[in-house]
Amino acid sequence: MTGYEIRLNIFEGPLDLLLYLIRKNEVDIYDIPIAVITEQYFQHLDRMSTLNLDIASDYLVMASTLLHIKSRMLLPVHETGENGEAEEDPRMDLARQLLEYETFKKAALAMDTMPVLHRDVFPRGTSPIVEPAPERELVREITVFELVEAFRDVLGRWKEGDGMEVNRETLSVTDRIQEILELLNRKGSFTFKELLENAQDRTRVIYTFLALLELIKLRIVKAFQAGPYETIRIRPGVSHAGSQTHS
Amino acid sequence: MQDLRPILEALIFVSDTPVPFQRLRDLLPEWDEGVIQESLNSLVEDYRSREGGLYIAEVSGGYQIRTRESVREWVRRFRKERPFTLSRAALETLAIIAYRQPVVKAEVDVIRGVDSSGTLRNLLEKNLVRVAGRKDVPGKPIIYATTARFLELFHLRDLSELPTLRDWKDMTAP
Repeated sequence: MTGYEIRLNIFEGPLDLLLYLIRKNEVDIYDIPIAVITEQYFQHLDRMSTLNLDIASDYLVMASTLLHIKSRMLLPVHETGENGEAEEDPRMDLARQLLEYETFKKAALAMDTMPVLHRDVFPRGTSPIVEPAPERELVREITVFELVEAFRDVLGRWKEGDGMEVNRETLSVTDRIQEILELLNRKGSFTFKELLENAQDRTRVIYTFLALLELIKLRIVKAFQAGPYETIRIRPGVSHAGSQTHS
Repeated sequence: MQDLRPILEALIFVSDTPVPFQRLRDLLPEWDEGVIQESLNSLVEDYRSREGGLYIAEVSGGYQIRTRESVREWVRRFRKERPFTLSRAALETLAIIAYRQPVVKAEVDVIRGVDSSGTLRNLLEKNLVRVAGRKDVPGKPIIYATTARFLELFHLRDLSELPTLRDWKDMTAP
């Protein structure tokens, strides 16, 4: 794989990708060769899917916008539009959007060159890098993907058998949900590992995990982590002491 | 009259957050406002001309003693923390909110061309962005604005100190 392709996942979105293509082809943003750029845009989407990168729907929306503009460019140009005014170039909206995005992209990059506190300049004392917002904890909520990753870890380490007697239980996700809720009631919170370590076989681990995902989906529980590779903790989803009070 | 600079220096030193001028004035009723301001300016200048490891930053509406950028490598070594960083997505979102505030998420999404929910949550958690109310349109979307913490982190006295979008390239560190 070339370094060029690895560049792909650093695009922040369809506008970022388009800007890159425009700059790479050294074309005027007000006079985008729509056929060329559209083709290259689609090539990138193709590569992204070969690399198994998730193509966010935003990329597809832009793809259809490009096709729409392309089709409008093929229509004969009338001197005047329906209102008697000159019809605007169908590419202008996109050009304006791209320029606006580029402005903020530059501002963001420039902001990063400022003497940032806790990175370039430091105050007295040893306060944490980022002060938690009031009423919030320093832990962050984790995504399902991170949870799946942790689950794979557990399954990977799983040593089946060891000569243990296997009882084929009848398992259901509902039962496991019940168990998780009971555990939560009893302990307030528990770690991801704790939850899976008392499951005796692979099937049970999987059912437990499915139950956990279901609970997260229903927002009954939440998964937290203090930082990458830290212990994953499961807690009740609703915090009662008004956590939305920062103003 | 007593030299105010040692007093001001001590007050700024003991504070965990930037000390607003107003607060200094309240603490020093014996002195004239003009004298306090002059002494402050002179103190800031003392630090500048001394070329030591510290300087007085005028940020987020107050004064704060900080280590200089030129010594950051060694301070980082001492602190053993990962330096504060924001992803490009977070910086873009923050820039849009800083310049366009008060702003709703939909406007941020349109400018970036992607959904900013995750990034926004991250900025809220870091206390760089706050909920400033709800817009009086159907759906009552949440209005976002930047926080005092944002000014403190990005070395800005107040929002008016944000350079115009064209000026960014000319910015230099103190």
